[in-house]
Amino acid sequence: MKTIEPNRSPSEIAVSAHGALESPLITGNQTFHSVTEKIAGILERKTPKGWYVGFSLAVSLLMLLVGTVGYLVWEGTGIWGVNNPVGWGWAIVNFIWWVGIGHAGTLISAILFLLRQQWRTSINRFAEAMTLFAVICALLFPGIHVGRMWVIYYFFPIPNQMSMWPNFRSPLLWDFFAVGTYFTVSLLFWYTGLIPDLATMRDRAKSRMKKIVFGLLSLGWRGGNRQWQHYELSYLILAGLSTPLVLSVHSVVSTDFATSIIPGWHTTIFPPYFVAGAIFSGFAMVMTLALIARKIFGLEHFITLNHLEKMNKIMLVTGSMVGYAYIMEFFIAWYSGNEFESFAFINRAFGPYAWAYWTMFTCNVLLPQLFWFKKIRTSIPIMFTMTIFINIGMWFERFVITVTSLSRDFLPSSWDYYIPTIFDVFTFIGSFGLFFTLFLLFLRFLPMISMAEVKGVLPQADPHYGHDHASKKGGAA
Amino acid sequence: MSNLKIHGLLAEFADPHALINAAKAVRDAGYKTFDCHSPFPVHGMDQAMGMKRSSIGFIVAVFAFLGAVIGLGLQGWASTAAYPLVISGKPLFSWQAYIIITFALFVLFGAISAVLGMLRLNKLPRLHHPVFYSDRFKSASDDGFFVSIEASDTQFDAALTKTFLESIGGKNVEVLEGE
Repeated sequence: MKTIEPNRSPSEIAVSAHGALESPLITGNQTFHSVTEKIAGILERKTPKGWYVGFSLAVSLLMLLVGTVGYLVWEGTGIWGVNNPVGWGWAIVNFIWWVGIGHAGTLISAILFLLRQQWRTSINRFAEAMTLFAVICALLFPGIHVGRMWVIYYFFPIPNQMSMWPNFRSPLLWDFFAVGTYFTVSLLFWYTGLIPDLATMRDRAKSRMKKIVFGLLSLGWRGGNRQWQHYELSYLILAGLSTPLVLSVHSVVSTDFATSIIPGWHTTIFPPYFVAGAIFSGFAMVMTLALIARKIFGLEHFITLNHLEKMNKIMLVTGSMVGYAYIMEFFIAWYSGNEFESFAFINRAFGPYAWAYWTMFTCNVLLPQLFWFKKIRTSIPIMFTMTIFINIGMWFERFVITVTSLSRDFLPSSWDYYIPTIFDVFTFIGSFGLFFTLFLLFLRFLPMISMAEVKGVLPQADPHYGHDHASKKGGAA
Repeated sequence: MSNLKIHGLLAEFADPHALINAAKAVRDAGYKTFDCHSPFPVHGMDQAMGMKRSSIGFIVAVFAFLGAVIGLGLQGWASTAAYPLVISGKPLFSWQAYIIITFALFVLFGAISAVLGMLRLNKLPRLHHPVFYSDRFKSASDDGFFVSIEASDTQFDAALTKTFLESIGGKNVEVLEGE
């Protein structure tokens, strides 16, 4: 049994639920007030110049997106590089990639919450924000790739003038429900987590405008335990509901492929393989953003090397799962004895798209193996570079799956090579504009780290703290 | 100034430990409509205040189940009655394929009811509350720990309750006065 020695500073000791000594989650001798000052202070200081630079860049890219989508509406999907047989090009690749990135937020909020991983508190808020914005970017692509987006309501299960109903057996409709539900639930989860912090912003607000806006957004939160009780249980239930949801979303996305009969798509490994890949790329994106935000806003005491190393371990695990899936796909292609299946995979690795396949393989499987070494796991420049490579690799994974399988299907006479056009590139780059515009607005106007939750994991938040002997008996255990 | 009404009393405490002890003392003294305010949920406070378990789980269970029924019902009705169309030779009511949307609506209804139910049970959103008459209360969302006792409590007596709050270690005991 470890006991807390009152003469040691709070940050020197952090005793986990199991009583084992761990390196502290939050460093720098934080008090409740210093946490508020640090995180809320970021929003109250003058906007840094770097923010304006980043925001202008992001909005410029957003304009590029708006322009390209406008042209797409005017001209039709012919402006893209899609051809026959490759009817699914970058739009679908980007959709899956963005949805995948959007997995980390809810995974961190929900699964790590249920597993009582307290280190999530420093990163969950902006990981959830990232999820929302990534899912918005993702939802853009199925919206525009239909070509005639003014009749996209055919897709929704609503009564229409033709008395038609969508086909509920179609994975594309499952997708609509899965991603739509995922977005809504992530938004609710994020907002629920924000309420106590919005109350903090309300109480600190100086200008009338801020008082009104934060006053309304915080819904009259008073931090009474009668409120916390319902709040905490509601949050726990949301986490419980989100956990199967987050695992189901990319599984459902994978059925878009897996229920078809195209060789290279028609495999049962797809759902778990897609989920592992989604978590992998999502963590990489959270990490990229976290490293930048940590540096710019000086959050080294909140997002410590300890947090970063834990995230790297998750990337190592999920990266290895993805690698296992790549190899297993090959094995099954050979073991099945199906010549179309075998051909599809040999073509992937050694055919015209071999460059894409090996880019994917290097970025996703080989490079993350370096995370076995603690030196590399704890080096910030290396992990930053690694996260970029992982996201490139994961984009190529989706490209390889979508394009290589379609470009060489059953009949050699219908084979064709797919080359994206400049508008494909513009739309993809433009989607970063949308993502970063939203993300930078979030960083500027909402607390990027959950103050209430960080305070809750400080050692002095424990009612036993410093009163260890007094409260042994009849204490509030 | 004459139409000011006393809504309750507010006392400040030093840390989570003091707040828990105060909660027990207030509960043992027989007060019912009181609350303990803290910037984060304090572990063990529910027992200290003598509160029952939150009923939100039942609300969510009902709505999540309703969501699943609506999900399966919508798909079954649309595919068999509203627009019966045989696709890929599958039966009209191919329930296996309907599970995913049923599940999605189960989660969707459950999550919405978890948030709305939480707000309903907390009687939120509301624009004002007597505790906000206190300027000191601003720190309840920063680093302050408070106990508030409402005037509607049957045991409430402005003078006696104030002495009581001071006797259990409450600092800066304030009368919440307003229109």
